[in-house]
Amino acid sequence: MFGPNLLANIGEAVAMILFGIGFANLLFQKNLIKKIIGFNIMDTAIYLFLAEKGYITGRIAPIIVDGVQSPEKYINPIPSGLVLTGIVVSVSVTALMLSLTMRLYKRYGTLDLDEISAELRKEGR
Amino acid sequence: MEFVQNVPFFSIMISMFSGIVSSVLPGKVARKVNCFMITLVTAMSVWLLVFLIQSGIGSYTFMMGHFPAPFGNEIRAGVLEATMAMFFSIIMLLALWGGQTKIDEEIEESKHNIYYILINLLLSSLLALIYTNDLFTAYVFVEINTIAACGLIMIRQTGRTIEAAVRYMIMSLLGSGLLLLGICMIYDMTGHLLMSNIQETIAKIMAEGTYSVPMLITIGIITVGLAIKSALFPFHSWLPDAYGYSTISSAAILSSLVSKGYIFLLIKIIYRVIGYEHVANSHIFNVIFIFGLCGMIFGSVSAIWEKDIRRMIAFSSVAQIGYIYMGFGLGTEAGVVASLFHILMHGATKSLLFISAMGLTDVSGKSRDFFNLTGAAYRNKVAGVGFLVGSLSMVGIPIFSGFVSKLMFAEAAVQASPMKMFPTLVVLAISTILNAIYFLKTVLRIYTPEKKEVEQAKGFVRISWKEQTVFTIAIVLFILLNIVLGTNSKPIIELLIEGLHNFM
Repeated sequence: MFGPNLLANIGEAVAMILFGIGFANLLFQKNLIKKIIGFNIMDTAIYLFLAEKGYITGRIAPIIVDGVQSPEKYINPIPSGLVLTGIVVSVSVTALMLSLTMRLYKRYGTLDLDEISAELRKEGR
Repeated sequence: MEFVQNVPFFSIMISMFSGIVSSVLPGKVARKVNCFMITLVTAMSVWLLVFLIQSGIGSYTFMMGHFPAPFGNEIRAGVLEATMAMFFSIIMLLALWGGQTKIDEEIEESKHNIYYILINLLLSSLLALIYTNDLFTAYVFVEINTIAACGLIMIRQTGRTIEAAVRYMIMSLLGSGLLLLGICMIYDMTGHLLMSNIQETIAKIMAEGTYSVPMLITIGIITVGLAIKSALFPFHSWLPDAYGYSTISSAAILSSLVSKGYIFLLIKIIYRVIGYEHVANSHIFNVIFIFGLCGMIFGSVSAIWEKDIRRMIAFSSVAQIGYIYMGFGLGTEAGVVASLFHILMHGATKSLLFISAMGLTDVSGKSRDFFNLTGAAYRNKVAGVGFLVGSLSMVGIPIFSGFVSKLMFAEAAVQASPMKMFPTLVVLAISTILNAIYFLKTVLRIYTPEKKEVEQAKGFVRISWKEQTVFTIAIVLFILLNIVLGTNSKPIIELLIEGLHNFM
C-alpha cells in the first residue's frame, strides 16, 4: 500500500496532509488569526494538489514562443487557471475574515472566539 | 435558437450588473433598481418556463462565449431550473418588501445601497448556481454566495451579528474547502469540468472498475461540504445566531434561499455530475438519511426550549433542512421530489414566519421574549394572521403547503425500503408533534388577550394594516403563495418530476 504508489504521488500525499492540518486549525483553533492561517493552509494545499496533478515532468508552460505547436511539448493549462481563480477567491475571503476580526477585536479586545461569545452572553443581547 | 433561450444568461447578468450600478446610487434609488430587477427576473423566468413547457424542449444547453462543449463554459436550463429561479426571485422580492421598514431602521443610512448590492449579488449567484453546467463556475459562485450572505448578516452592526458572521464564515469556509477539494479530485479523475462530460467519463471509469476508492471519497467530501454549508444537523451551530440577530429580510432570505441554493447544487451534482446510481452505490444516502432524521428531532427539541421567538424559528429551520436531507436519504425518486417540494414550501413559509414574527415583536416593545408576546396578534392583526398561517403550514394542516410536503415524504417513505420506511414514519410523526408543540404554543400565546393596563404599562403599541401597507402586501402575498402551493400542488409536483427526469 505504501510502496511505489506513494513515492510516485508524494506531492499529492503532502497536499492531503496539509489540507488536514489546515482544516483542523480552521475548525479547532480558538484564536481567530490562527483560524485564518488554517484556512490559508487548507486552500494552499488544494492549489498544491492541483499543481501536482497538472504538471508533467519535462514539459513546459503552454506559451508558444519558438513555434512548437505539438501538445506533447506542453502541460495542461487548465489546472493553473483553476489555481489562479482559487487564489483570487481565497484572497478576498481572507480579507473579509480579517476585517471581521478587526471589528471584533476593536469591540471586545480579544481574538478568542469563545471569550467573545461569553462576553456577548454577559451583555445579554 | 429562440430569443427566450437567452433568459438564463440575461437574468444572471442583469442581477450582477444592477449590483455594480447600485454602488454609485443613493439608497432609495438602489432599492427601486433592485425591486425592478427582481421583478424582471421573475417575469423572465416565468416566460422561460412557459416556453419550455409549451415547446416541449424540456431542457437545453447554452454556450457561453465562443468555445464549444469540452472547452468552453456552459449554462443549462430546464423546467426544474426555471421553476426554482422563479420561486427564488418571488420569495426574495416578498422578503425584501416585508422587511423594508427594518432595513431603513437598523442599517445606517449610508449603507443602504450596499445592502442592495449584496442582495443583487446574492440573487445573481443563486441564479448561477441554479443554471450553471460547469463545476468550477459553481464553486466560484458558491463563494460569491457565501461572501454576500456574510455581508447580509453583518450589515446590522452589533457585536452579536459580527460574531454570527464570523461563525458563519468559518463553517462556510470549511464547507467550501471540502467542495473545492472534491471538484479538484473529480477534475483529476475525469479531465473535464462540464457536468455532462464528467458524467460520461465517470460512467466509463466506473464501468472499468478503476478509481472506485477516490470516487467514494469524492462523493463523501462533496456531500459533507455542501451539508456543512446548508446547515445539516451536526453543523448548524452558526445558524441560530445568524438568523436570530441579522436584520429581518436577511434572516428570511438566508433561511429560505441561501441554504437551498447549496442543496440544489447538491441535487445537481448527484444527478448530473456523478450519476444517481453511483451515488446510491456509495451508501452516502444512508449517512445523510440518519443525519436528516437526527436534525428533524434535534432542531424541533431545541426550538421548544428557546424563549426568543426569532431563535425559535431559526431552530425550526434546522429541523426543516433535516426533512430535506431525509428525503434524499430515502434513495428513491419520490423522496427527491418531496425534498424539492419541501424546498419551495419551506422558502415560502419560513420567510412568512420571520417577517410576521418581526411584526409581532415590534408591537411588543421590541422584546423578543416569548412572554412579552401575549396578545401581540391583536395589536398587529396582519402579522398575527401571517404567523398563524405560517405555523399551521409548518405543522402540516391541509390547504397549506406544509401538509402536501409532509404527505409526499410519507408516501415516499412507504415506497422506500422497509429498513427506512419505519424510522421515517415514526420520526415524521414525532417531528410533527414537536412542531405543533412549539408553533401552536406561540400561536396560543399571541392570541391570548393581554390586559389593557399591562399593555400601557409596558408601552406596547397597536398598529393597523393601513400604517404598514408594504408589510401587509408582502404578508398577504406570502399567504397566497402558501395556499397556492398547498391547494394546487399537483401541477407543481408534475413540473418538478418532469424537471428531474430532464436532469438525467
